[in-house]
Amino acid sequence: MALAPAYSGIGRVFEHRLVLYLKTFRASIFSSFLTPILFLTAMGLGLGAYVDANQSLGGVSYLAFLAPGLLVATCMQVAAFEATFPIMAGLVWSRVYHAMYATPIRGSDIALGNLAWMGFRLLLVASIFAIVIVLFGAATSPLIVLAIPVAMLTGLAFAAPIAAFAATQRTPEKFAAIFRFGITPLFLFSGTFYPVESLPAIVQPLAWLTPLYHGIVLARGLSLGTIGVSPTIPLALVHLAILLGFIVVGTFFAVRLISARLVRG
Amino acid sequence: MTETLAAASAPEVGASPAPGPLIHARGLTKRFGELTAVDAIDFDVAPGESFGFLGPNGAGKTSAMRMIGCVSPMSAGTLQVLGMDPIADGPRIRARLGVVPQQDTLDTELTVRENLLLYGRYFGLSRAECAKRADELLDFAQLTERAGDQVEHMSGGMKRRLTIARSLINEPDLLLLDEPTTGLDPQARHLLWDRLYRLKQRGVTLVLTTHYMDEAEQLCDRLVVMDKAKIVAEGSPRELIERYSTREVTELRFAAGVQETLDGQLEGLAERIERLPDRVLLYADDGEAAVAAAHARGLEPETVLVRRSSLEDVFLRLTGRSLAD
Repeated sequence: MALAPAYSGIGRVFEHRLVLYLKTFRASIFSSFLTPILFLTAMGLGLGAYVDANQSLGGVSYLAFLAPGLLVATCMQVAAFEATFPIMAGLVWSRVYHAMYATPIRGSDIALGNLAWMGFRLLLVASIFAIVIVLFGAATSPLIVLAIPVAMLTGLAFAAPIAAFAATQRTPEKFAAIFRFGITPLFLFSGTFYPVESLPAIVQPLAWLTPLYHGIVLARGLSLGTIGVSPTIPLALVHLAILLGFIVVGTFFAVRLISARLVRG
Repeated sequence: MTETLAAASAPEVGASPAPGPLIHARGLTKRFGELTAVDAIDFDVAPGESFGFLGPNGAGKTSAMRMIGCVSPMSAGTLQVLGMDPIADGPRIRARLGVVPQQDTLDTELTVRENLLLYGRYFGLSRAECAKRADELLDFAQLTERAGDQVEHMSGGMKRRLTIARSLINEPDLLLLDEPTTGLDPQARHLLWDRLYRLKQRGVTLVLTTHYMDEAEQLCDRLVVMDKAKIVAEGSPRELIERYSTREVTELRFAAGVQETLDGQLEGLAERIERLPDRVLLYADDGEAAVAAAHARGLEPETVLVRRSSLEDVFLRLTGRSLAD
């Protein structure tokens, strides 16, 4: 049986994730709307009322400051989840990736198809989040639209290396550590809720080491319309390059480690 | 179903008309670090043949199957599958294989039918073609009434049938089955054997591993016995029995404590005598004569069973009675 020229293993792997996702589509969409509504109401409006009384953000409302940070941080959390448990399920629990690997699908197709799916899923989550931001009146620039792909790229900058790590694990024990010592501290200390400049000067450079900080700076500049000034265009490109660097290196390892795991059986 | 499978198994084999064997292995070796799982084995599988790997756990059967299935590269030797090289042409070969792994690898959150549809898509089949074949295969696997059920809630036997149905979605030239009935109850095993026998009759080439002797006798035209990574015997079930056993086997059971007193009294009763903890086995072509000879010596076994020699006798002789692991 010759394969059709248009055959795409990556596309088939993507389709598999899509079929699984459609089983829980409604619940997922519902929570995608609910999460930003809850956060923006509680923190943006509730907490924001106190923060804005101090005028500490230089004329920007706390809600407008917070919203793009939460957008990007939420994508990070979704990405970390998507890159851990589903990968382990396919390789260890249900072993469906081994079933795929018995067909013309290659190990690299399984890695890239899953990452492509995560990108799509992040785009969906970020778009819904951005819609809620606009409905809250929390976006001061139409450039918020570009914050959507920035949030997706930030998510992928986490998803790719985490998926590579997940492929090396036989049990999910270390996943809890990723969330506890990685994702949650980043959520709190990478500029989601306050400018990183508020932190002690010694720890500020640490923010540069994580994709989340770069994504938030970019998304915030776009949502507030300050991009070009804060951050400047060259600096924005550096932030973007760092995100892409995480994605490229992470994807390289994800392909290698997922393929190696399939060969080992 | 009959039509499509017949078409799949007919001699026309698409791109490469391979007149030679479907599988050709010489010195095939698999090493995992220090461990040699498969140690320089030679075998060929001809089109339309049912070929079995027999052996105790850990003999190297699954490692051999994974190399044939082009998911595990060999460490040394020569291997050709469907006339192609597994390293260079893995995806092209896998496009024409059906694989039933030892462990089920079904999508448990999806329904029976969805599992078939998605699997067909991995082979590049159109959705319409997947749907058509899925319906035929559901019928073949007697799962039509369960088509909409979630796989998670099905019995082990039904999951195995679904796995076999799934492996046929691409109308494979070669079907690889790794311990297809391990862990199933007798009813489920017989139903599966029936389905596999039908495939065999349609000319599908089967390669299977098993440690069930009755399964090998039912399904295999030819088999190799593996032990400790090597092939220790090869032939049809009948040839192996003739070569490594006698036509009949007589089992004598003695009262408690009696067997230990029999030293020297059994010699010469049969071609070969094996003393197990609970009984004595006499390997002789004429079992009744062996019983008569035993009685003539004054032996008084509590029970006597004369039976035809089976593949199990060959297996135990070749691979020993001690546990492999």
